[in-house]
Amino acid sequence: MPVNPETVFVGNQTTIAIEPFVVRLKSAIPAVQSSLCHLYQCHVFLSEDMSSFADFHISIDQVGGARRFFRPQVQFKFDGKMPFKPLPYSQAFPFFEWGLNWCIANHNFRHLLLHAAVVEKDGQAVILPGQPGAGKSTLCAALAGRGWRLLSDEMAMIDLTSTELIPIVRPVSLKNESISIIKAFVPDAVMGESFHDTSKGTVAHMKPPVESVRNAKLQTKGHWVVFPQFRLDSSISVETISSAEAVLDLAKNSFNYNVLGALGFEKLCDLVEACDCFRLEYSHLDEAIDFFASLAK
Amino acid sequence: MMRHSPPLIISLLSNPAMAETLSLSQWDLLVRQARRAGLLARLGFLLEKQGIEIPAQPANHFVSAQFYAVQFSVSLQWEIRLIKKALTKVDIKPVFLKGSSYVIADNQVALGRVFSDVDILVDRSELALAEQALSAAGWMPSIILNAYDKKYYREWMHEIPPLQNYQRGTAIDVHHNILPLTCRHCPDSKKLLENKVDCHGDWLLSDIDRVIHSAVHLFHEGEFTLGLRDLSDLDLLLKEFSAQENFWKKLLQRSEELKQQIPLFYALRYTHQILHTPVPEKVLKASKQQSPNRINTKLMDALFLRALMPDHESCNDRWTGLARWLLFVRSHWLKMPVYLMVPHLLRKAFRRVMGKERH
Repeated sequence: MPVNPETVFVGNQTTIAIEPFVVRLKSAIPAVQSSLCHLYQCHVFLSEDMSSFADFHISIDQVGGARRFFRPQVQFKFDGKMPFKPLPYSQAFPFFEWGLNWCIANHNFRHLLLHAAVVEKDGQAVILPGQPGAGKSTLCAALAGRGWRLLSDEMAMIDLTSTELIPIVRPVSLKNESISIIKAFVPDAVMGESFHDTSKGTVAHMKPPVESVRNAKLQTKGHWVVFPQFRLDSSISVETISSAEAVLDLAKNSFNYNVLGALGFEKLCDLVEACDCFRLEYSHLDEAIDFFASLAK
Repeated sequence: MMRHSPPLIISLLSNPAMAETLSLSQWDLLVRQARRAGLLARLGFLLEKQGIEIPAQPANHFVSAQFYAVQFSVSLQWEIRLIKKALTKVDIKPVFLKGSSYVIADNQVALGRVFSDVDILVDRSELALAEQALSAAGWMPSIILNAYDKKYYREWMHEIPPLQNYQRGTAIDVHHNILPLTCRHCPDSKKLLENKVDCHGDWLLSDIDRVIHSAVHLFHEGEFTLGLRDLSDLDLLLKEFSAQENFWKKLLQRSEELKQQIPLFYALRYTHQILHTPVPEKVLKASKQQSPNRINTKLMDALFLRALMPDHESCNDRWTGLARWLLFVRSHWLKMPVYLMVPHLLRKAFRRVMGKERH
């Protein structure tokens, strides 16, 4: 059941536990409030006395002045400062999601962060790194719809001591064609509104499965690294790659590898050494899902 | 007129032991103020030194900032090496200034200090050669300037247009003085170079000149986004160097030689007032004698005591915006005589209106 904005937003402000972080969001924009309550309905909203510390203080406001009437815009603020230029008013909710990604990637150097989706089955995680368009979010949503536990569709967060993967469970961001593909592939998926004409095209979010949200404190070991590549009308092909190649490619896909220096390199090597690494080219989601099912056997 | 209790971060900087008593919501505010002031890493190191255990949630933010600062210092040392390598080819040995000099000298103030460019000082006669050598090694002008801006830099400024490495994106500012030549009290750069010191084979300004440069920089500044960080720099420099024999006397004397009594006066006044830096009473008095008159001091207090606070909503009062704006105007006033400033600002404004300029 969606949460009612009126109960969680007090004075247009709410605090939400998005493990391992606490996020305080201030926004009077109805679309932000309703999308948040819809897509984060399984998360825990914190009351004032339970949330004296928040990791990120975010606000999404409408840009004032003449812009109120002419092509209205919204601005994202991180504790009062604007790291980005304003976006069209209709993109207020995706702006929150993108802005939160930025907050985490730029202020968290306690974990190694890779630009990758992560799902898990039987205590074994698959890391799906990938450039935009590679299909990582689509695969991630499809796998989450077929019983895999979702850890993240955007960033693999790696504990620097244990090299375990830390979940950061949030809505899965789907783009363009993958929205209808996932709606058909996972008929019971709860989808949010579609936002058109963003810099990434049309964007819609899939609510994370309730079990994944409930288990958001459960860290897990990496077991496979799969670099996906969607290629229209191709038949599925799987190629095993060496750990060295995987390490180099993962480093390129990292948000903070350069900041972590030697430690980042060591941890990345530890992570990859414990994994089997593949390149996966696919066009049919069924075939790809079968491949992942065969891994987990 | 001013708020009664200072922002939390000010109290913590002068008395880190106070951290023991903070509630979680105070930690929340402290992290935000410190982040905005550019002092998150430094405060983290200071709290660590005191052996203070930070609760897990705020600790994540301090540790992350400290991690970043340590890595920054590693990259900086590599960058310094490359700059020296490029300049050695033309037999120029630069004097490292500000942030990079603190790291080379391993001063307390290097702790958790992250900045965007390396500043070096060379003799004005070596400027063209230094620029050529750096450009051959990959440091190119980071912004494309029009003829007017080029002339502005070359004739009036104390540095050439900023250079940026085309591969690494790192920036370097090549100076031939520490203030613009058009500045009312521009020091004689020969005097700075005469007193330079050797530190592990690199040249730096002398300890005392490093304090003065830090003061000159902060109190000619027009933007105070990192004002408190710079004030904390002065606090740490003064604390570290004041152990030296006759330090205060030499400092006052030197400020006179370099015509920088006023910035030094402000530096001593506000580190003492805001961060409780232990500046002896008689030094404050002596420095005041070289200062502007009393009314002026009251006005400057009203401005600086606001602008030197972190640029965070929790630290502002209704006058903060005005104070910052007046100090911005003041910085132009100090750096250029009116007969140059008025045409300069008009020209800039006109070009902006015409859409030819974006900054």
